[in-house]
Amino acid sequence: MQLVQNVPFFSIMLSMVSAIVTPVLPRRAAKWLSVGVVAAVVCLHIWFVPFMISYGGSYNYMMGHFPAPWGNELRAGLLEAAIALALSVVMLLSQLAGLNKLQRQIDPPKQGFFYVMCNLVMAGMLALVYTNDLFTAYVFIEILALSSCALMVARQLGHTMVASMRYMILSLLGSGLVLIAIALTYNLTGHLLMENIHDVIAVYAANGEYALPITVIIGLFIAGIAIKCGVFPFHMWLPDAYAYSTSAASAVLSSVVSKAYFFLLVKIFYRVIGIDVIMSDMALNLMLVLGISSMIIGSLGAIRCLDIRRMVAYSSVSQMGYLFAWVGLGSEVGVAAAMFHMVVHAMCKSMLFLSVSPLCDASGDSKRFIDLRGAGYRYVVPGITFTLGALSMVGIPILGGFFSKIFFAEAAISGTGWVQVALLAALALSTLLNAFYFMHTVMGLYRKPRQGYEPQPFIKSALAAAALVVFGVVNLAIGFFAKDIISFITAGLQTFA
Amino acid sequence: MNGLLDSLWRHFDVTVAILLFGIGFTTLLLHTNLIKKIIGLNIMETATFLFLTSQGYIANRAAPILMEGTRAVSGYVNPIPSGLVLTGIVVSVSVTAVMLALTIRLYRRYHTLDIDSMTLMMKGEDE
Repeated sequence: MQLVQNVPFFSIMLSMVSAIVTPVLPRRAAKWLSVGVVAAVVCLHIWFVPFMISYGGSYNYMMGHFPAPWGNELRAGLLEAAIALALSVVMLLSQLAGLNKLQRQIDPPKQGFFYVMCNLVMAGMLALVYTNDLFTAYVFIEILALSSCALMVARQLGHTMVASMRYMILSLLGSGLVLIAIALTYNLTGHLLMENIHDVIAVYAANGEYALPITVIIGLFIAGIAIKCGVFPFHMWLPDAYAYSTSAASAVLSSVVSKAYFFLLVKIFYRVIGIDVIMSDMALNLMLVLGISSMIIGSLGAIRCLDIRRMVAYSSVSQMGYLFAWVGLGSEVGVAAAMFHMVVHAMCKSMLFLSVSPLCDASGDSKRFIDLRGAGYRYVVPGITFTLGALSMVGIPILGGFFSKIFFAEAAISGTGWVQVALLAALALSTLLNAFYFMHTVMGLYRKPRQGYEPQPFIKSALAAAALVVFGVVNLAIGFFAKDIISFITAGLQTFA
Repeated sequence: MNGLLDSLWRHFDVTVAILLFGIGFTTLLLHTNLIKKIIGLNIMETATFLFLTSQGYIANRAAPILMEGTRAVSGYVNPIPSGLVLTGIVVSVSVTAVMLALTIRLYRRYHTLDIDSMTLMMKGEDE
């Protein structure tokens, strides 16, 4: 055991411990501790990912050296390390870019708690990515739900409070379903560690036993996580929550929290149930239907908006739909494309949310399209990063979003019958709608302001601008290295099971 | 039909758990009063815990608590589901606390517990 192999454990513990320490610190110290811990996790992972690449496979990490039935286990592999790195980078940049805004929007005495919740989200995300134990996953799902609810209400408006109440209600239904699924799995297999369950289910599948209970378990997991991710029928809380909470919170919620849940679902598919069982199971159609309807409804919702942040929030619904639909396709290519898009969307959506809020500042604190006209000239850096993000989401070549669309289309063609037709049609329609509302917004940003509009002075933050520039560079890099990233993900998925 | 009734009766603990879960679920979803929603949530979670514990129970065996000497392993019920339920109860308590705190906040702001009228009032206000 080398020192570097402790990184997953260290990162989780670091985030948890700092969450405990932060509330007693003064506000400034709390802020820098919180950001510092995330930065430390990023650095640890920059050390860890090359090690995992040279290490090749994966290993199980026993917490406290207690063997399996008593102790708790983490598992680190290529994919887990890379996703943890990507999501921590998003977290760090979101916090830095949103720092200035949140200090103005959240009551000063409450700001300390915002940083606590950021640390808890970080710990929850890392734990969901690395855990090898289903019950630990459940506990961290709840921790993530509570802390993201607190992130939402940190800015105390009627909208955020009502939205977080709705979020809590749906989210608890979701975790209730996941808990029942875990109880059924334990009932069926007698294990909670992922490998052990996987072995038992493989035997059941080979003998054709317990087919119905396994389908029910898969369906419950899908429904539970779909509720958590805010996919179509369960998205009522999402637009208000993302549109009114502070920009760092929206970025973290849309890009870190929902991605961590989605990664957990893929992990359950590969490591708990076994991907061969999943592919041949009809419960996967549920995912396909949720995904496709979410793609369309989300885009339609975005078109109706008069408010830029609601539009970006609705676009999140449709992008989560892509992920669900292509995992629901039931082929390895589809899952790889979805994982690629997960990274692209995490980077892109957080950048969009964080560019929107300075643009609104530059328009007299208004989020309406009509006031935002010309904002791209008034505040140049966020204007450029918003345009970049919008182009990527629409799928303009050399940007990440273009490659996700290509991989999606390639994966959809490998599907059969109506699935192929439905996915390609949904992809085309949704891309068209995406192009419509994003391009409409971008053009608005560079139009002449409406008559009689007087620009008002606003605060520019150098830190936010710098973080946005880094965001832009990362997004461009994803586009340039798309082929390498997708082959990395495909290799990672093969060592995943 | 007779077979179904028979198996429902044989696993009556599971049947009760499912009924309770349904009651909790519908209360949580269909009532507009926040306090009733929270009560529904608690019923739902209790049902889940009942289901979990009943899966670990083995008839005629003792709880796995150490008192005045030990018995053979076959003398105890399966302790893992009980452990899970304990964790689940902790989670459920904290979730209930957060929901109640939010309810207080909302009540102070809107002077109602009805989530639909809250939403109506919220739509009227701008930032």
